[in-house]
Amino acid sequence: MSALKSLKRRLSVKGNTRTWSVNTILIILPVVLFFLSFLIGRYPLTPVEVVMTIFAKIFPSLQVSATATTIVWEIRLPRIVAAILVGAALSVAGAAFQGTFKNPLVSPDILGVSAGAGFGAAVAILFVGVTLITQVSAFIWGMVAVTLTYIIGRSIKSSPILGMVLSGMAIGSLFGALVSLCKYMADPFEKLPQIVYWLMGSISSVDNSEVFIASIPIILGITILFLLRWRLNILAMGDEEAQSLGIETQKLRLIIICCCTLITAAAVSISGIIGWVGLVIPHISRILVGPDHKNLLPATICLGASFLLLVDNVSRTILITEVPIGILTALIGAPFFLYLLRRGQGKWV
Amino acid sequence: MNILEVKDASFAYEETKNIFEDINLTVAEGDVVCILGPNGCGKTTLIKCLNKLLELKEGAVYINGKNIKAVDQREIARNIGYIPQGHVPTFAFSVLDVVLMGRAPHLDFFETLGKKDYKIAENALKKFGLYELRDKPYTTLSGGEQQLVFFARVIAQEPHMLILDEPTSHLDFGNQLKTLDTISKLAEDGLSVIMTSHYPDHAFISSNKVAIMKDHKFMDMGKPDDVITRENLEKAYGIHVEIVDVGYNRKICVPLRTVEETEIISFKS
Repeated sequence: MSALKSLKRRLSVKGNTRTWSVNTILIILPVVLFFLSFLIGRYPLTPVEVVMTIFAKIFPSLQVSATATTIVWEIRLPRIVAAILVGAALSVAGAAFQGTFKNPLVSPDILGVSAGAGFGAAVAILFVGVTLITQVSAFIWGMVAVTLTYIIGRSIKSSPILGMVLSGMAIGSLFGALVSLCKYMADPFEKLPQIVYWLMGSISSVDNSEVFIASIPIILGITILFLLRWRLNILAMGDEEAQSLGIETQKLRLIIICCCTLITAAAVSISGIIGWVGLVIPHISRILVGPDHKNLLPATICLGASFLLLVDNVSRTILITEVPIGILTALIGAPFFLYLLRRGQGKWV
Repeated sequence: MNILEVKDASFAYEETKNIFEDINLTVAEGDVVCILGPNGCGKTTLIKCLNKLLELKEGAVYINGKNIKAVDQREIARNIGYIPQGHVPTFAFSVLDVVLMGRAPHLDFFETLGKKDYKIAENALKKFGLYELRDKPYTTLSGGEQQLVFFARVIAQEPHMLILDEPTSHLDFGNQLKTLDTISKLAEDGLSVIMTSHYPDHAFISSNKVAIMKDHKFMDMGKPDDVITRENLEKAYGIHVEIVDVGYNRKICVPLRTVEETEIISFKS
């Protein structure tokens, strides 16, 4: 809805046909992929069966098979929604962080959220081994890591941005080491594979309630970022200029960091660590719609959701055993990005 | 009525060493104040204190009679526009997008740009002859054009006063004069301007008030003709200067030689 609004505004400012077609594709792509994804999987379902199964929820009089209902509603739906949520979350957080830290090389885990979440998950797997606890622990430790980074980074008064990025790296490697420690201590036959598998990232085993719980912080964070997206332009011009334009930079940056951390931690808690998406989707979006965050954020949402959905579809069809999505994001994303990089000659940066 | 007033201001990054002290300054409507002084004398630090980018150690700055300590950043930005020196771009925003940023102090926190804001930004672009360039990435423009983009942004901000940090540095010969012309025109429209400069000549062209900063203080302040003198420039910069009236109602300052050189020469003779 809001993407439509931004499309309209963009059209009214400059009625150019390329912009129009790019925007149309960006909006239609995730919708089409959403419906197509129901058809993909080991158990073959026809489009008619899928549509019937979906409508059967609204019109109970429709006759559908119990197997189809389970596959559509309990297996494919949560997975598809998870891919959309996680893809959109990581991409938006990446774009917002790149603007906030004035640096196109920044990814959502720059302040240590993934490393913290990884540690939280590893500890939970090591000592408890219940999925829900693992997710909650990942979420909480992701937030803890960023809080530590923020407090330490902010105390470096002369250059808060650099201070925060550097302390993020330090906190990240600290938690990285703790994850290694957990792996080292883990029972190599039972616990260690679980930790390793979690760290590779996967959304193959999510269920509806998990996705629903994770969607609350993700949607909340994305909504706030979406409302503030124009201000990211100003923040990207540097603190001094932003302040002279009336922006309270510390406050704005804190809000953006909170939102990004909330959505990244929530995403990582259900998917494990999925790299590359948060770094590269904002870049691809910038090639398509330009650097203005008014258009960039809606574009990253559409593109990030589509990308992860596509990759997840590949991951569940390419081999007989499933390939963790975290491996495929880079395998598919990196060549595609390099192709765009060569074509665009880096003009958008 | 004084738009801006600085009273007994001092500033220090560390407790002990004052960057500047005992600074007093008043700026009236339409005033163009030029602050001269050698490198590192604290000019930039001083003007950053005027719109609360930095906070004074002692003394106070008043905008329209109000102490800026009690005024939030947004209200300051509605009164004072600022063009920093040496902008480092990160993203290649379009010229229009950069100018639209000037509307920020007029919008609430969650508010987005409306039709009126686009209108104001477009008018600002037209004023500086940038309208045709509005969709171009501002990073691809020349230094002179980029400077104009920032002027357009500051006009879209609709302030009563401008603070310009060395607006003519990094510009070529022609663009320097064009920038000074722009400043004079804005002053005629009623805007007050405070700028720093490395060129005493420029103060003759566009200012009605000059202050020379030296050893953390204003050494002298007043009308350009009274302040920009051989004696003052020698004291401030440590060089001998000749001030020449070249006609056309214009004076220029010609640096002759350093004071050290003069000592050697007089020693020899």
